[in-house]
Amino acid sequence: MSPSSFAVEVVVENKPLARDPEGETIHHNLILKGGYSQVTNVRAGKLLRMNVEASSPEDAKQLVRKLCDDLRIYNPAAHVCQVRILT
Amino acid sequence: MVRVAVVQFPGSNCDLDALEILQKTAKVPTDLVWHKDLKQDQYDAYVLPGGFSYGDYLRAGAIAATSPSIEIIRKATDNGKPILGICNGFQILVEAGILPGAVLRNTGLRFVCKWTRLRIDSTRTPFTKLTHKGETLRIPIAHNEGRYYLDRDQLAELEKDEQIVLRYVSENSIPTEDSNPNGSIDNIGGICNKEGNVMGLMPHPERASIPILAPDTHPEGRIIFDSMIDTLKRGR
Repeated sequence: MSPSSFAVEVVVENKPLARDPEGETIHHNLILKGGYSQVTNVRAGKLLRMNVEASSPEDAKQLVRKLCDDLRIYNPAAHVCQVRILT
Repeated sequence: MVRVAVVQFPGSNCDLDALEILQKTAKVPTDLVWHKDLKQDQYDAYVLPGGFSYGDYLRAGAIAATSPSIEIIRKATDNGKPILGICNGFQILVEAGILPGAVLRNTGLRFVCKWTRLRIDSTRTPFTKLTHKGETLRIPIAHNEGRYYLDRDQLAELEKDEQIVLRYVSENSIPTEDSNPNGSIDNIGGICNKEGNVMGLMPHPERASIPILAPDTHPEGRIIFDSMIDTLKRGR
């Protein structure tokens, strides 16, 4: 089977206990001030979108997960990292 | 004859300041070494200077931490040599895992450039051995990502192993919220590794090492370099 291209997204954000002042500011000073009181929490993070050649979506996801750990795309002392398949 | 290296990365911008202080003020033979040219552990001590290596892309220090020169720094760490990371140099050491924790964006979401007061909480490093515990030093900071972070349980370990070297304090030497310029956990401004030979700090001692640049003409940052050189001259 020839490899196909998959779009994979990586989201890095602070651990729940590490404060996220950017998310807090967006929440309080923009969203709540703008009247959207239904929004109870905002976390800001970093998004990386990658195109990956792999034989299956699972393989693509696994490869990206591995590179995130190997290359320290996130710092495990302070961040959590989510990998998800888009296509 | 001892020899110190200031390791230069693309985007370092406090490298020449550190070089100047080491060569002309502390009077120790020092080379400015491009990171790709550092091929073996041939120096007696290393300084990773401040700046914005690789444009702070991904995270401050994250990309420089993958430079082959960091493997030499790791070797020098294991060999017990003094290694000092200033500002971006601290961020690089943290990102390389040579020092624990993480350095996050300032709580105030702004670049902060000001004089801070730091309390010496450990004199066991080669950079603080000439100081006294509880003494304070006025040294400036200049950073956007300086909020030291570590999980609470790891912080207790850091404290137990006497790895917290510097804390931001008030005029009365108390670590208050007001004296904390960036939201660092426990007002931490500088730490060392377990062995104590590697120290990283966000403040810039090289900017407080000659009288004309210092408040009341007291260059209080200089003792960091003097301590290092004293350590080197005594052969550790």
